[in-house]
Amino acid sequence: MKRVFPTHPTNDPVIENPWQRLREFTDARIGLGRAGVSVPTKHLLAFQLAHAQAIDAVHTPLNIDGLIENLTAQSWCPKGQPLRLHSRAEHRDMYLQRPDYGRLLNKASEQTLEDHAYLNDDPYDLAFVIVDGLSALAIEENTLPFLGELIPQLTSGPEPWSIAPLCFVEQGRVAIGDPIGELLNAKCVVVLVGERPGLSSPDSMGLYLTWAPKSGKTDAYRNCISNIRTAGLNYPEASRKTRYLLNEARTKQLSGVQLKDRTDESALEHENDNNNFLISKS
Amino acid sequence: MTNAQTQFRFRHTVGERTFGFKSLAELMAKATPARSGDRLAGVAAETAEERAIAQMTLADVPLKLFLEEVVVPYEDDEITRLIIDEHDKLAFAPISHLTVGGFRDWLLSDMATPAMLEKVRDGITPEMAAAVSKIMRNQDLILVAKKCHVKTAFRNTIGLPGHLSTRLQPNHPTDDLTGIAASILDGLMYANGDAVIGINPATDNVAQACRLMKMMDEVIQHYEIPTQSCVLTHVTNTIECIEQGAPVDLVFQSIGGTQATNDSFGFNLATLAEAREAALSLKRGTVGDNVMYFETGQGSALSANAHHNVDQQTCEARAYAVARKFKPLLVNTVVGFIGPEYLFDGKEITRAGLEDHFCAKLLGLPMGCDVCYTNHAQADQNDMDNLMTLLAVAGCTFIMGIPGSDDIMLNYQTTSFHDAMYVRQALGLTPAPEFDQWLKHTNIFNDDQFTLNHQVPSAFEKSLKRMLGGQ
Repeated sequence: MKRVFPTHPTNDPVIENPWQRLREFTDARIGLGRAGVSVPTKHLLAFQLAHAQAIDAVHTPLNIDGLIENLTAQSWCPKGQPLRLHSRAEHRDMYLQRPDYGRLLNKASEQTLEDHAYLNDDPYDLAFVIVDGLSALAIEENTLPFLGELIPQLTSGPEPWSIAPLCFVEQGRVAIGDPIGELLNAKCVVVLVGERPGLSSPDSMGLYLTWAPKSGKTDAYRNCISNIRTAGLNYPEASRKTRYLLNEARTKQLSGVQLKDRTDESALEHENDNNNFLISKS
Repeated sequence: MTNAQTQFRFRHTVGERTFGFKSLAELMAKATPARSGDRLAGVAAETAEERAIAQMTLADVPLKLFLEEVVVPYEDDEITRLIIDEHDKLAFAPISHLTVGGFRDWLLSDMATPAMLEKVRDGITPEMAAAVSKIMRNQDLILVAKKCHVKTAFRNTIGLPGHLSTRLQPNHPTDDLTGIAASILDGLMYANGDAVIGINPATDNVAQACRLMKMMDEVIQHYEIPTQSCVLTHVTNTIECIEQGAPVDLVFQSIGGTQATNDSFGFNLATLAEAREAALSLKRGTVGDNVMYFETGQGSALSANAHHNVDQQTCEARAYAVARKFKPLLVNTVVGFIGPEYLFDGKEITRAGLEDHFCAKLLGLPMGCDVCYTNHAQADQNDMDNLMTLLAVAGCTFIMGIPGSDDIMLNYQTTSFHDAMYVRQALGLTPAPEFDQWLKHTNIFNDDQFTLNHQVPSAFEKSLKRMLGGQ
């Protein structure tokens, strides 16, 4: 039979996959070919390198000074001195083994927030809590461009949001947003956190939204938007989803599983039905 | 009796020293092989000696006691009520005289044939399974699990001895349909996807879930693939998808072993019953009607602060009571995903994977395993090779298949399409029979041989040519 894709040159132990060119459509490690049924040497070694880099990313600390300097230089940066906070996990090794410590503020941070609340009587509509999580790289790369897209839209319009000074947390986990939002007297908290680094995405940022934040709330009260980064969910789209969730949360006075994300992916709306190349419509 | 003696429910004396345990839950926790999650919860044995003594004490506990002393209060927890209220006393009869230690001997003996294990299945509670697993070596967990045959079916037959299925997991960080289609093609060409083609969507969005369901349904129909699809979105989303007319094969939900865990996941038993009824009403299965797909994993209860001071492996086994109630096609323990706070390294992940597979099979569940790790755990691909091979020897129902082991959406590493081919070749295992036939018929496998064809099969060549310009 005549074949469009001849694949089997003689005497080559590696059988290439002609569909490896589909890698232009995905970062997934497709079309690796095979030696027998196994991964060919060159792809095996590339994987080992990526794993080594991801392990290193987990242990790189967040450059908070640099981040604060860049953010406070923006015209849209919320008013007030940024608040520097730390979880009860004193260092990375403790952080990795004690997730409970990563969800709680240390005493000094609680004091910082109580002092702030004492001097600022009015409640805020919204607090942003920026947390290193498992990838400081994700926070350093994505926070500024994402907030630059989101905050100007939140503070304009018919119902502008009043926003607390930005909060920065070292060695923190998602749930630490709850005590922070509570102590700041904020109606809603949005946590930006470095997600666990993947081999192809060491820089992925997650966003978690809680209405009426309070210590001890479970994941069922949070909404999540994942994989915010240039090569993932881009900033305008992530901002659009966040504004949708924020407005819905404010209207319904709740968040979590009762608040469904009903935004359509605009990117998909423009695609026609033939975008699945595995199906021939002709 | 002195106060010191009365406060202990269980006691064990070694020479001059007496070790005491205040409750069945405490005894089970301290008898559990070491792992970081139990240390985090503060329920682990404090010394290696205390653990060994707890195991000896647990071995003397009669199985009957597990029906009288529950580890999570009956009044507070619908899963405890499920376990106690639906316990089958008739099925329990052949093992009702045994202690935990005697149960291990019985399970390993020739008395426990596959037919006998099936007969007593509904008489075994999750806590009994967890207890006996704690005093079993890894090889015991493998040998007994291999004797527990669990068959399920939807568009193909899963779990027959000598077969190993795979979930094709074509995740994409933005749910891009072309990217997903590329990974599906790659997986099918490597003979993966007979358990399910299952996508973790990037966000919980009903419209998006419907699109992904429709896309996978078209592929399955177009190529006449004897398999099923699933979008791993929240159960309440899937119910909405069904109401909107989406082609739902399997209903997904992550489940835990306490009511409070499932509350934190935003569902209860009634939600699952409603979802199952809705999926059954679609009548989309051709050779069977198992319509549920559950995922579990040690540590989820503690992570939700919903563990009632019960050790994480016992909580995990209790999740299987939830799964068993709804007759799933597939259950998947995502063993290394939760991270080093719960399973610290390759050794702990390996032990947990074997325990979960054993307990689930003993309780009659079609257990597969996401043999995986994250980049903040002390583990690597070699640990995964070991666990995958051990599980395949134990008759594991299915493993994951993903391009090059790298999940670009969930950011962790699991088993690859190649890995499934390796373990099938090393152990002479084949995919589900209907899917196996399709692989041969489609020329992905060479005729009547268990080897991949060198050529792109003609059915897929057309699609590729269209996409790549036909070079």
